[in-house]
Amino acid sequence: MLQYKPFGEAVTVVIAGELDHFAAPQIRRMLDDVIRDPAITDVVLDLENLTFMDSSGIGVLLGRLRTLQARGGTLSVKNMQPQVEKLFRLSGLQRVIGIEKDEKGGRV
Amino acid sequence: MLNRMELTFLSRAQNEAFARVAIAAFVVQLNPTLPEMADIKTAVSEAVTNAIVHGYAGREDGLVTVQASYDDGHILTVSISDTGCGIEDVATAMLPFYSTGDGTERSGMGFCVMQTFMDAVEVSSAVGKGTTVLMRKRITGEVALHRERVLDEIG
Repeated sequence: MLQYKPFGEAVTVVIAGELDHFAAPQIRRMLDDVIRDPAITDVVLDLENLTFMDSSGIGVLLGRLRTLQARGGTLSVKNMQPQVEKLFRLSGLQRVIGIEKDEKGGRV
Repeated sequence: MLNRMELTFLSRAQNEAFARVAIAAFVVQLNPTLPEMADIKTAVSEAVTNAIVHGYAGREDGLVTVQASYDDGHILTVSISDTGCGIEDVATAMLPFYSTGDGTERSGMGFCVMQTFMDAVEVSSAVGKGTTVLMRKRITGEVALHRERVLDEIG
């Protein structure tokens, strides 16, 4: 589920499945395990296989963003499915969480 | 009313996904577009989560009821009811980013999502008795219409 990139690059974390209130505690723990290392500042969430997210997921993302920002880091997402992106933009998350282009250079 | 369903389940968090799958299986009869289906699943997920998190405050022995129906005008009506604690001030609860602040990273966006993804949302609540969220959405089913047009064209 986790993919670590070489030193100096952002850590990419793959979140797959559904992110609702039921799944939120597990995904929150998983992300917190990754960012427990204070050397990790920039995290990219690859959401290609995240098929559903509701507002419970917004809270999870904002909580991790706060932790990373406190150490001068950033949180970004890439490869959002349409349902996830609609919720993401409705919540205004794109103002604080970057949307990365995918490796092929296309819009994510 | 062309069709109607009713489903009651315990206020356990794993039933949020069950409610989404159930409403999707009912709504598919209307040949919705993928975005319409996603909107409905998201709105139902928000309402069921509210019932579990706020209505029953995490108690898992409450009952959540989802009712859905549609008419021949393809208007889908969905209601999500609980018999939990109720909401004292519905107008305030529906404000974007309003949350009871229980420290569990709730975003306060639930009602905002429901209102954006559905055509109409009505909330009735009585303290100590429970809450019902009634939502409506017209299903255009453009994919189905397109398929019909294509079939017409090719005779």
